[in-house]
Amino acid sequence: MTGGPISLAAAAMIAGRHCGWFPLLALLLCSSVARAQTDRQPPDTMEARVLACVACHGPAGRGIDNDYFPRLAGKPAGYLTNQLIAFRDGRRRYTPMNYLLEFQQDSYLRQMAEYFAAQRPPPPPEIVPVVSQEILDRGRSLAMTGDAEHGVPACAACHGPAFTGMEPAIPGLLGLRASYLSAQLGAWRYGTRTATAPDCMQNVAGHLTELDVTAVTAWLAALPIPPDSSPTARGAWPLPFACGSQPK
Amino acid sequence: MSAQAQQPDQLLRRMALGVALAALAFAALAFASAVAQPHPPAPDSAIVKQGEYLARAGDCIACHTTPGAALFAGGRAMPTPFGTLYSSNITPDADTGIGKWTTDNFYSSMHTGRAPDGGLLYPAMPFSSYTKVTRADSDAIFAYLRAVPPVRQPNRPHDLRFPYNNRSLILGWRTLFFTEGEYKPDAAKSSEWNRGAYLVQGLGHCSMCHTPINALGGSSQSQAFQGGLIPMQNWYAPSLTSNKEAGLGDWSIADISDLLRSGVSHRGAVYGPMAEVTFDSLQYMSDDDTRAMAIYLKGLALGSIPDPVSSPMPTTESSLLTRLGESVYKGQCANCHSGDGRGMPPQFPSLAGNQSIQMGSAVNPIRMVLNGGYPPGTAGNPIPYGMPPFAQLLSDDEVAAVVTYIRTSWGNRGAAVSAAQANALRSAPLE
Ligand code: HEC
Ligand code: HEC
Ligand code: HEC
Ligand code: HEC
Ligand code: HEC
Repeated sequence: MTGGPISLAAAAMIAGRHCGWFPLLALLLCSSVARAQTDRQPPDTMEARVLACVACHGPAGRGIDNDYFPRLAGKPAGYLTNQLIAFRDGRRRYTPMNYLLEFQQDSYLRQMAEYFAAQRPPPPPEIVPVVSQEILDRGRSLAMTGDAEHGVPACAACHGPAFTGMEPAIPGLLGLRASYLSAQLGAWRYGTRTATAPDCMQNVAGHLTELDVTAVTAWLAALPIPPDSSPTARGAWPLPFACGSQPK
Repeated sequence: MSAQAQQPDQLLRRMALGVALAALAFAALAFASAVAQPHPPAPDSAIVKQGEYLARAGDCIACHTTPGAALFAGGRAMPTPFGTLYSSNITPDADTGIGKWTTDNFYSSMHTGRAPDGGLLYPAMPFSSYTKVTRADSDAIFAYLRAVPPVRQPNRPHDLRFPYNNRSLILGWRTLFFTEGEYKPDAAKSSEWNRGAYLVQGLGHCSMCHTPINALGGSSQSQAFQGGLIPMQNWYAPSLTSNKEAGLGDWSIADISDLLRSGVSHRGAVYGPMAEVTFDSLQYMSDDDTRAMAIYLKGLALGSIPDPVSSPMPTTESSLLTRLGESVYKGQCANCHSGDGRGMPPQFPSLAGNQSIQMGSAVNPIRMVLNGGYPPGTAGNPIPYGMPPFAQLLSDDEVAAVVTYIRTSWGNRGAAVSAAQANALRSAPLE
């Protein structure tokens, strides 16, 4: 099978036949590839430029069936830009992503972020929580009202009453699995994830106990996603304390 | 090597290279210079602009700036087989940088690899290439360095194992591998060729990676540009002299120039450590200088014919591999690189006829498949297309199979690779 060049027609047939093999890529590229056989240029779109992200984040950033790989679609563009810059500069660590973004300029990272922020793919399947009702109640109370005695503000105070986030830099917390959410809270506590100072999430995460983390992440992960989960307009509510990434 | 290579905060850079042998504590720096200081030149003066351009050509930033930290403040870790070196603060801070240096001191560090007190610099600082730089160019770089903001940050002592922590060992390295002397133009060649040779051999320090590293950690003059595995990084920098590897003899000048400056071309894209060279340095070169380098590089190729394929594996095994490889390729790769391997260049590189995947060492294509990559975002190619990493999706057998397939299909003449080779590179450092 190592023979010479295959004809264009054969190549197109092969590409077509195997498009099912890697559904994520096929979805995005197969139709355009058949077209591109003649001039052999990829489509001049962001969708084609971020194919390298699809295997882990799903088409249109809708997330995939892996607990740890976050959904990107619909998050505020400013928030996503901040994350991409943090990965590029090593302030947020996940080696495969640090590597992919190492030599990209801010302007391109912003374009990638805007692309994912604008996507509205269908919501991921709902999750049935595996923790007790008691723990879920604790989670709900932390998220909605906080725990003043232990210095924990309500998550809703910043992330919004419906947890859909606020433009430009506060992310929604919907559609993310508990293991991803708790890894992020852990990363803030251990300093491997940092945001622009004052890093309000470091402060929040620092006041949570292990049990708080289990409770609040289990409750958040089980929230249904409303039909419109777009982030709320900038300035819709005041923050309980300042976050460096969210302009006043 | 791999145990060290996995240290978390490892910043593997080229330097591993020539590095080597030795080292004394950093005490050597305590020189007291009574010589008068040159005044810092105006930041927008012509000589500063010129110096900035030349510092780009020399890629000083790659080693002397820690990502996300102050320009030229040093402290960047450079893992070597002998321990970790830390680059120096070369800002004009009087106490912790080179603020007290004279132009002569600076020229001497570039030209002879000696600190102002006469102490020997480790060859991780590529003075064995910079020695070719003219006095005028060295003075311009120094003028530029005097105009950048001073940063107070003491140099971090190197962390080298015995006996390499003895700087006097550098003397041995110098005897073997260092020839002092500015570039001497070759009167038989065009001025463009000479300009290209000056940049490639001198400031570009291309031979630091593109030369086999011998046991002593030096890059040997006689083997300059013949290619080699970069220690600690596990990337292979192909030979630039032989068409057997990545010699550029049959590339067009336009393709070589595109590759160097924009990072993509109709013959292939840059990746791994070469992506950094393009991003930090080559993308800033002028049309004329890029073209001059391309002319020189094209002329370097010896025009040798590829060796016949010699597979380390029995043929039944490798034909099984090829069959598995073909199905992986059709499923995972053909969308971008197309069924006939010709890709959609320059954005999705052609794999058919791509020299950089057929070399004796299969390290680069294996790592490409495991880690994916984006060519650097450059002025000439600001929003590149990317390749996904397959480390999580494909097993060792599948990686070996698909790499074998692309190395042996469409007339490519590489040899098969084994699952063990693929597995070994899963832990290679990603930085
Ligand atoms: C190998 C899998 C993989 C690939 C490929 C990948 N990512 Fe990620 N990405 C992850 C993981 C895992 C995380 C969460 C990391 C963490 O723990 O902080 C992440 C996090 C992110 C985040 C932050 C999300 C948030 O809500 O904070 C963004 C934005 C992102 N990725 C964008 C991209 C883009 C753009 C690409 C393509 C250029 C890409 N990723 C490619 C796995 C991947
Ligand atoms: C004072 C405002 C504020 C409060 C209160 C707050 N957050 Fe956040 N949160 C932010 C900001 C701002 C970010 C984005 C940080 C960045 O840019 O990385 C964020 C990010 C996050 C993320 C990362 C999301 C992702 O996609 O990676 C998680 C998880 C999170 N917050 C959970 C919580 C939880 C749980 C609580 C309540 C216990 C909470 N936050 C309370 C402001 C807040
Ligand atoms: C490949 C990595 C690398 C590159 C590229 C590099 N340097 Fe260095 N440089 C080093 C290292 C490592 C040292 C420390 C050597 C030692 O301690 O012996 C050093 C030391 C120096 C010193 C001596 C500082 C002192 O305090 O003694 C000067 C001056 C210097 N470099 C200037 C430059 C300039 C100018 C450039 C660009 C033209 C450059 N370097 C490019 C790695 C590099
Ligand atoms: C989404 C499109 C895409 C897919 C799918 C893809 N590649 Fe790539 N490939 C690229 C791009 C873009 C580059 C240039 C990357 C760079 O320079 O960092 C590249 C580069 C390469 C290279 C290095 C060649 C060179 O000159 O730069 C090899 C080898 C390679 N790919 C093999 C594969 C194999 C094998 C597969 C399937 C397992 C595959 N690719 C899947 C887009 C893709
Ligand atoms: C830090 C080490 C390093 C330095 C310094 C370096 N290279 Fe490379 N180079 C590599 C590696 C590794 C590759 C293989 C990956 C690739 O093809 O992009 C490569 C590939 C290349 C190729 C592509 C060959 C092919 O067939 O695809 C060219 C041309 C090249 N380098 C030229 C240069 C020139 C000119 C310089 C000096 C200005 C230079 N390199 C400096 C590491 C380096």
